[in-house]
Amino acid sequence: MNNELNFVGRNLFDLDDYSPEEIYAILEAAKVMKSINLRAYKKLPTLRGKTVCTLFFENSTRTRMSFELAANRLSADVVSFSAETSSLAKGESLQDTVYTLNAMGIDLYIIRHGCPGSPQLVHKHSGKPVLNGGDGRHAHPTQALLDIFSIWEKRGSIEGLKIAIVGDIAHSRVVRSNLIGMRKLGAEVIVCGPRTLVPGHLTEIYGCKVEYDLKTALKDADVVMGLRMQFERQADGLFPSLDEYTRHYVLSKETIRWAKKDALIMHPGPMNRGIEILPEIADSQQSLIIEQVANGVAVRMAILFLLLGGEM
Amino acid sequence: MTTLIKNGTIYYQGALQKLDILIEDTKIIGIGEKLAADADRVIDAEGKHVFPGFFDLHSHLRDPGQIYKEDIVSGTRAAAKGGFTTVCAMANTEPVVDNIATVEYIKRKANDLGSCKVLVVGALSKKSEGKEIAEIATMVEGGIVAVSDDGGCIQNAKLKMNALKYASSFNIPVIVHAEDYSLAGKGQINAGRMSTKLGLGGIPGLAEEIMISRDIMFAEKTKCAVHIAHVSTKRSVQLIRQAKSEGISITTEVTPHHLLLTENACEDFDTNTKVKPPLRTEEDRQACIEGLLDGTIDFIATDHAPHADFEKAREFTLAPYGINGFETAFTTLYDRLVIPGVIPLEVLVRSMSEKPALFLKREASIIKEGYPADIAIADLNAEQEITTDNMLSKSKNTPFIGQTFKGQIVMTLCEGRITWEKE
Repeated sequence: MNNELNFVGRNLFDLDDYSPEEIYAILEAAKVMKSINLRAYKKLPTLRGKTVCTLFFENSTRTRMSFELAANRLSADVVSFSAETSSLAKGESLQDTVYTLNAMGIDLYIIRHGCPGSPQLVHKHSGKPVLNGGDGRHAHPTQALLDIFSIWEKRGSIEGLKIAIVGDIAHSRVVRSNLIGMRKLGAEVIVCGPRTLVPGHLTEIYGCKVEYDLKTALKDADVVMGLRMQFERQADGLFPSLDEYTRHYVLSKETIRWAKKDALIMHPGPMNRGIEILPEIADSQQSLIIEQVANGVAVRMAILFLLLGGEM
Repeated sequence: MTTLIKNGTIYYQGALQKLDILIEDTKIIGIGEKLAADADRVIDAEGKHVFPGFFDLHSHLRDPGQIYKEDIVSGTRAAAKGGFTTVCAMANTEPVVDNIATVEYIKRKANDLGSCKVLVVGALSKKSEGKEIAEIATMVEGGIVAVSDDGGCIQNAKLKMNALKYASSFNIPVIVHAEDYSLAGKGQINAGRMSTKLGLGGIPGLAEEIMISRDIMFAEKTKCAVHIAHVSTKRSVQLIRQAKSEGISITTEVTPHHLLLTENACEDFDTNTKVKPPLRTEEDRQACIEGLLDGTIDFIATDHAPHADFEKAREFTLAPYGINGFETAFTTLYDRLVIPGVIPLEVLVRSMSEKPALFLKREASIIKEGYPADIAIADLNAEQEITTDNMLSKSKNTPFIGQTFKGQIVMTLCEGRITWEKE
């Protein structure tokens, strides 16, 4: 690992604050962590005495468990705070919550929140490093890092790869962080969905391509990533029915033929089988979906290790 | 008692000239070169500029009902500090100003305790709910100067048309906050590059433009005087320019923040940039400046919208919309638009004083013999940093905190009484 890079005490709000060199350093560290996770005794003493607080204002199973497991495996103490955004709206403010928790001696916060910019707010009020575990539809940098790690591990490089991301682009924080990270590392990214689910200005902001037709989007893709369709978008008047969505945008054996033969299949989960992706693809040899979850723990260990200045 | 303001450069009859002003009690009684110096009080304005006191058609004093944000005392003190001598208080208080008792309350409190004149805007619909027309005629008798559901907007087309017709029977202008709710949705900032980047809900310019189009047609049909509040997009300015050229009775205003800032200001999730209508693009901002210069936009109004620190300290999505405006309006516009030569000082001054006063047909905010002595004296070379400590408003929600601007109001006289004086 490059010793010149300094991660200690930094925040991870999104990937735009990190250089390609720093992203690669995180991937290298994750590789080491992954090897530890494959051992029988999966524990390092490196963050002993550090206290990590997970602040979850939105439901999440895998992200929360992944973070907590990562912190535990590095021997940090983990405390958890959870609340629904809605009840919080009536009760204690995020500011007061952070003041209270900070008084208990937290070294790093991990936050998931429905409102974009909440990690910045936690940092402002706590003065401690904050790791964004997903803020509204804004950013989900650790998911992007684990996605990039999964591809990097298989392909050895991100540069020059053609990556197609399909589904509800508009409401996806995963897409935004991936666009920043993948473009930084030199991938070509194509996003695809019906126009009501693709926000404007994407090309201008991220330098990606936008396609409304699945066949065109998947053409020669090295990686195909499906996104979870959120059912409530139908009620928002953004598309007419799941049926019609599936007919035009599902990742299936049939549609995946348009991509490269050995294309990697990914999905950040949780999946709606039969809606955006069919089991025949989700569970296929090409699928990285389960491995993404395993890699998530390793990547989060790497980030915690780097931001909290752990020693190997 | 007589007061002489001497040696200043005054804004008089549309131009800046070196003249003295003589005041007797509340009124201006003389304007001329080197007036006799035997006044009871002499104010030496050497090196200073003497403007008509500013007149704000659009502000929120939060009184009654939300006095933790602002009240009539703190709000008018902040206004006086910003050079204002008259402000119009919008109706979205708690309770809403849709009844004569609340009109009376505001008038009496402002009269007894205020540091500037306060004119009352009544609601257009009961509780500003957009369901039934408010008791406009009764409130007109009680002294309201305009009606508005500002903060909200009647969505139902038939009710809106009837409300405009009804208001026009009493010769009272209707101030419209133009926003189509279905298009604005739960939007937080301008729908565009920044909303995509930040993942925040967007409010498209169309939400404003479609409503303005509709209200232009209603104004044409009903002959009601419709005033479009806080115009913010290029298309809106074009629509109003077109309507005016067709002789439709429509007027509009722009806020300092829409003249100075764009959606880029929202990038760091600073909740002090969260406002309705949202900060738009550079193209929109330029169109607003152009509209002000060519007269499409009639004047500047602050939309002073104080919110408490703890409210703005929330998550961006949960924080209320609004920017604090009285104390920053003149200095920010002078520093950022007049000094670089974007708009002439004369245009800024009349857009903040005589133009809104004439719109409401008030004898105020004009330097003229026989008129009330409403005066703001500015030191255009004085610099000041805007800080939470030096603001008089109860709330400090401005994106200009921590920035330094040239051009400071050093004294304000409202009907001859000194309401603000820099130490």
